[in-house]
Amino acid sequence: MVPTNYYVILSAILFGLGVIAFLFKRNIISIFMSIELMLNAVNLAFVAFSQSHGNLDGQIFVLFVIIVAAAEAAVGLGIIILIARNRRSLNVERVDLLKL
Amino acid sequence: MTPQLLIFYVLAALAVIGALSLILQKHPIHSALSLIVVMVALAGLYLLMGAEFVAAVQIIVYGGAIMVLFVFVIMLLNAGVEEHTNFSKLAGYLGVPLGLALTAFIAAAIARSTETVQAAPPTLSAQTTQSISHMIFKQFVYPFELTSFLILVAIMGAIVLAQREK
Repeated sequence: MVPTNYYVILSAILFGLGVIAFLFKRNIISIFMSIELMLNAVNLAFVAFSQSHGNLDGQIFVLFVIIVAAAEAAVGLGIIILIARNRRSLNVERVDLLKL
Repeated sequence: MTPQLLIFYVLAALAVIGALSLILQKHPIHSALSLIVVMVALAGLYLLMGAEFVAAVQIIVYGGAIMVLFVFVIMLLNAGVEEHTNFSKLAGYLGVPLGLALTAFIAAAIARSTETVQAAPPTLSAQTTQSISHMIFKQFVYPFELTSFLILVAIMGAIVLAQREK
């Protein structure tokens, strides 16, 4: 069997890469995708702990996270379409209406 | 090395390479395809852990529905190669070390925890899907119904946001 630590460390690595992508990317769609990557990393940790404790609550929680991610993707992509239509750009630095 | 460990290493390498490719690709469509690789590798890891239902949902909902939505929007908006400005260089110089530091902190905390959790599996693997359905429709039925309401709100929000005003 694979020790649970390995899964959790892989989850930490994927989460860190998601954070780096979030900070590094300038395209609003790529930033949104890095959020999905971080959610996936957290799901992996949930399933790993669920398996190691012999308790299915973690897997139920993963299903809820996936449902919320789907809702988030629908609304977020609607907002992205709106931004692209109004600003003619997908660069986050050009979306600065709230900046002083 | 057991076969399970070998499969784990292959899938983990695939996931990390996909995540690195997500960062390094300049074009959003290439990033989206790398993200699909990560999601399929994670589905394989879920199968390895004996969580078949979560693996199936991962492929159907994440790899199927959500990523198709992403690719659809990228193609609809005709998103090109992202442009880099002075600010994004600064974000790269600061963001990459800080992200690596965060990863190192989390990994150190995990490595330091003395409790090496050993897998205690086969009890789980037999009827996981059946037990999950029992839990969702008995213990967690109220949050489950709330999520259907959440999805309804999300659908209406997406329609209201994306429609052209007259």
